[in-house]
Amino acid sequence: MRIDIRKTYKLYIGGAFPRSESGRTYEVTDAKSNFIANPAQASRKDLRDAVTAARGALGGWSGATAFNRSQILYRIAEMMEARSEEFVEEIALLEGISRVAAKKQVDQAIDAWVWYSGWCDKISTVAGSTNPISGPFYNFTVPESVGVVGIFPAQKSSLLGLVQAIAPVVAGGNTAVVVASQKFPLCAITLSEALATSDLPGGVVNILTGITSELAPWMGAHMDVDAIDATGLSKELDKEVRISGADNLKRIHKFSSSDTPQRMLAFMEYKTVWHPIGI
Amino acid sequence: MQLVEGTDSSIRRFLKQLPGVDQVGAESRAAMLGTRSIKTASKKWAIDCAISMIDLTTLEGSDTDGKVKALCTKAVHPDPTDPTVPSVGAICVYNDKVATARKHLDAIGGQSIPVAAVSTAFPSGRASLEVKKQDTLDALNSGATEIDMVIDRGAFLSGDLVKVFTEIVYIKELCGDRAHLKVILETGELVTLDNVRKASHLAMAAGADFIKTSTGKISPAATAPVVLVMLEAVRDWYEMTGIRIGVKPAGGIRTTKDAIKQLVLVRETAGEEWLTPKLFRIGASALLNDLLMQRMKLRNGNYAGPNYVTLD
Repeated sequence: MRIDIRKTYKLYIGGAFPRSESGRTYEVTDAKSNFIANPAQASRKDLRDAVTAARGALGGWSGATAFNRSQILYRIAEMMEARSEEFVEEIALLEGISRVAAKKQVDQAIDAWVWYSGWCDKISTVAGSTNPISGPFYNFTVPESVGVVGIFPAQKSSLLGLVQAIAPVVAGGNTAVVVASQKFPLCAITLSEALATSDLPGGVVNILTGITSELAPWMGAHMDVDAIDATGLSKELDKEVRISGADNLKRIHKFSSSDTPQRMLAFMEYKTVWHPIGI
Repeated sequence: MQLVEGTDSSIRRFLKQLPGVDQVGAESRAAMLGTRSIKTASKKWAIDCAISMIDLTTLEGSDTDGKVKALCTKAVHPDPTDPTVPSVGAICVYNDKVATARKHLDAIGGQSIPVAAVSTAFPSGRASLEVKKQDTLDALNSGATEIDMVIDRGAFLSGDLVKVFTEIVYIKELCGDRAHLKVILETGELVTLDNVRKASHLAMAAGADFIKTSTGKISPAATAPVVLVMLEAVRDWYEMTGIRIGVKPAGGIRTTKDAIKQLVLVRETAGEEWLTPKLFRIGASALLNDLLMQRMKLRNGNYAGPNYVTLD
């Protein structure tokens, strides 16, 4: 007989897998309240470290060519494909759904990466413009990344909601600090293992697991977070985050629809360039 | 009190009586002191204390008058939105920027902030004694009131202690009562902690007012065990002579956490008397922004970002 080798579910910050600095973990159970795992319970200091890592990675990621970003997103899909069995198992276990339904969710999630991978180098053509003006200038408007984005993905979905929130944010050149679904965090950690092996620079995506209501106010008030995807926040938390987020004019959005370039554009801002003709 | 005459035998006799450093012990003590948790009111005090101890430094080949002036302005009012933030301990520049710094500080109400100049062919120290003297004189004549000199590490490592000693004595003579003398040991090149202890005592015997870890140009710089050994050296020196010598770690101290660890080391090794900018300085540039961000966090309750402090 062989002893089980079970995975320690840790955080993903700056390309590394630390435990929470607080040393805490919390209990995750399946649909029938059976114990499944003890993932790390991130503290506000882990969140601060994650934001620092995301800010540090922003220059390189937003400055990379759109084509390069697109290749890396496609690579993430490849890495997830290889791990799809693990995802299926975790989803079926936690959400209490059939393996067939779980497999469908995984396939959709992988396809979402491919879909957004294609959008990386097309978004500025589709959403940008050359503007007619009366003067000797070329005048362009192009969408650019907004910066560090805090993400609270849909609480009820292990993987699909998570990917549908992260992919558009990083496709647009932002870096992300993700607080995984509190009840279904396992896929988020497994996703971080795929991200770590897919040429995505460390710090572009940081994933925390823990108690959403503990972390959300700190994310809302953090002056170095530029925008928040509040899809997975309750009404009360959403309100709190919007109030504290007003201090540094955070862009805070909630989404109901999935794959759409609007999710990318929500975390991009337009820059207009005036360039004299003939120089 | 003259403990050492400038002869080889007297220097050797003096250094020989120093006990060896227990390296493993020093490392574990420094690591243990680094685990102290400093919270709320103490943290607030520590942050302000650390700000007032900073030698705000720019030592780049690309330094311009504009950059030095901007740094001086920041030294006087580190956070323009909050007048309760103390001014820093000093400005530290190359000697051709001393006049600019002095003039600008005087113009904006920073008369009490001293200007320190790095000297004696900083950072390598590879020049003749005449050049080193002239370098120091230049800085003094431009208005520097603190001189950061480097020791000749090559001479120290090859055993030419007289050369190291007499150079410090000469520069100290030039400084006289016009300037404080800080002696940079460049501990990253001294290899062992025993050498750090020896060099510290040698510098103090030769007349240093401060002993400083590093130039900041090589790594490792101000590691905790090195600072610990140097603090022990000034403590022992005080017991021997009744004179308090200052310590200045420089290089590699970038975060508030690092700075607070240094303060804990000072408090637990040399004692509370050293917790003043007169006897402890931190050579840094990036550190100030992190301290200011932590201070904002304590003031406003939310985490600040680098957008809210100056780029330098």
